[in-house]
Amino acid sequence: MYAYTDRIREIARRLLSEDRVDLVIGYRKGTVPFMNEPFAARTPEQADRLWWDSFCGANLANYLPRRTDRVGIVVKGCDSRNVVVQILENQIPRDKLFIIGAPCKGMLDRRRIAAELGGKDALVAEEKNGRVLVQGRGFEVDLDRGAFLQENCSICIHRNPVIYDELAADLVEEQSGVDRYADVRQVEAMTSESRWEYFEELIRPCIRCYACRNACPQCYCPTCFVDESAPQWVGKTLDPTDTRTFHFLRAYHLAGRCTDCGACERACPVGIKVRQFTKKLEKDVKELYGYEVGLSLEERPPLDTFKPGDPESFIM
Amino acid sequence: MSEWEPKIVAFLCNWCSYGGADLAGVSRLQYPANIRIIRVPCTGRVNPKFILAALRHGVDGVWVSGCHPGDCHYIEGNYYARRKFGLLKGLLEHMGIEPGRIHFSWISSAEATKFAETARAVVEKVKAIGPARHFIKRQAEVA
Repeated sequence: MYAYTDRIREIARRLLSEDRVDLVIGYRKGTVPFMNEPFAARTPEQADRLWWDSFCGANLANYLPRRTDRVGIVVKGCDSRNVVVQILENQIPRDKLFIIGAPCKGMLDRRRIAAELGGKDALVAEEKNGRVLVQGRGFEVDLDRGAFLQENCSICIHRNPVIYDELAADLVEEQSGVDRYADVRQVEAMTSESRWEYFEELIRPCIRCYACRNACPQCYCPTCFVDESAPQWVGKTLDPTDTRTFHFLRAYHLAGRCTDCGACERACPVGIKVRQFTKKLEKDVKELYGYEVGLSLEERPPLDTFKPGDPESFIM
Repeated sequence: MSEWEPKIVAFLCNWCSYGGADLAGVSRLQYPANIRIIRVPCTGRVNPKFILAALRHGVDGVWVSGCHPGDCHYIEGNYYARRKFGLLKGLLEHMGIEPGRIHFSWISSAEATKFAETARAVVEKVKAIGPARHFIKRQAEVA
């Protein structure tokens, strides 16, 4: 893991001193354990503050739309697919980007670790050979890294960046035999009424802070539908119908665009599994139109194209 | 109180299904009066938000109808709409809207009989599930 940091710093330093980019967007070590921060290095000296470990879950592609400067950016597998979508959607030109690919073995879920610690405050987290050593005042825990992955990382099948100019490490082995949609099928098997209840329960704690929207690299509309007032598509209250409408439309906006990077779920302050909405769409897009998001710059996004023989069994 | 009758919003494309409805009218074909028609230029114009807005206002069913694939006045609007609606219906039903509330069909302006038949089928299906219970935004009561 620490080899990544050295390599990312070296690449960033080179890019900045050769004036090939105006800034390099990466991570720096967070002020609390398990949370690294986004960081933009603008001088070769600042490049030394870049950092990499298993707590770089934030999706940096979020900082790309409509930039006009030359950007270097550190991307994981999922982030790189988000970058592909943004290039396809003309949010950022490819030639303004220098993509530093970071083959990823999954990011760790701070909530899972916190739960394991049972309320004890961690001060330092260190990684070595697939173990995470967490230290706090008067305690030390040695955890198995694999058991604390973010949920979307444990079912990830695109760990390697799909698009990059330079790699921060050797490509990693992709996971195989992963069942990505077990949870979606579980919900699909329920009756309408219990599905309604399931989602009602799921979003009950929602406080409508829109963190899921803000963390999402694909949510870049100049005016979001939740902010529109004439017509007002969704009320601004905590009325369950409004909350439901918000979650529905947020997810639907990501149809054929979501890479399941998990940024939304990671950002949610009340721990709602918001990926339950987007994953259904991901599954449908794959099953109906055979499209996987962000793998190619050649293929148009699924809702921007069609085939004359598209499935239409739902039409009367 | 008489028997409950569903309210159904129908988004009909100007060039085909609206024409079909018109022809059904001048041909004096009978079909239930539960349908409120909204004329749109093309099914491609129907934003999923429209359907959500209709549900939020408490309609019992939504029906979107346009030209047959290949016959779109704008060449390919209905092809895009087909993908959009497939995913929309999938997600709505995944979230607990009963199958049978949201309907899509292709009806040309010559198919008056098909229009009347589909209208009857839609009303029947919505009646079978009963009044809408989900996604309705109850307006705040003003004193």
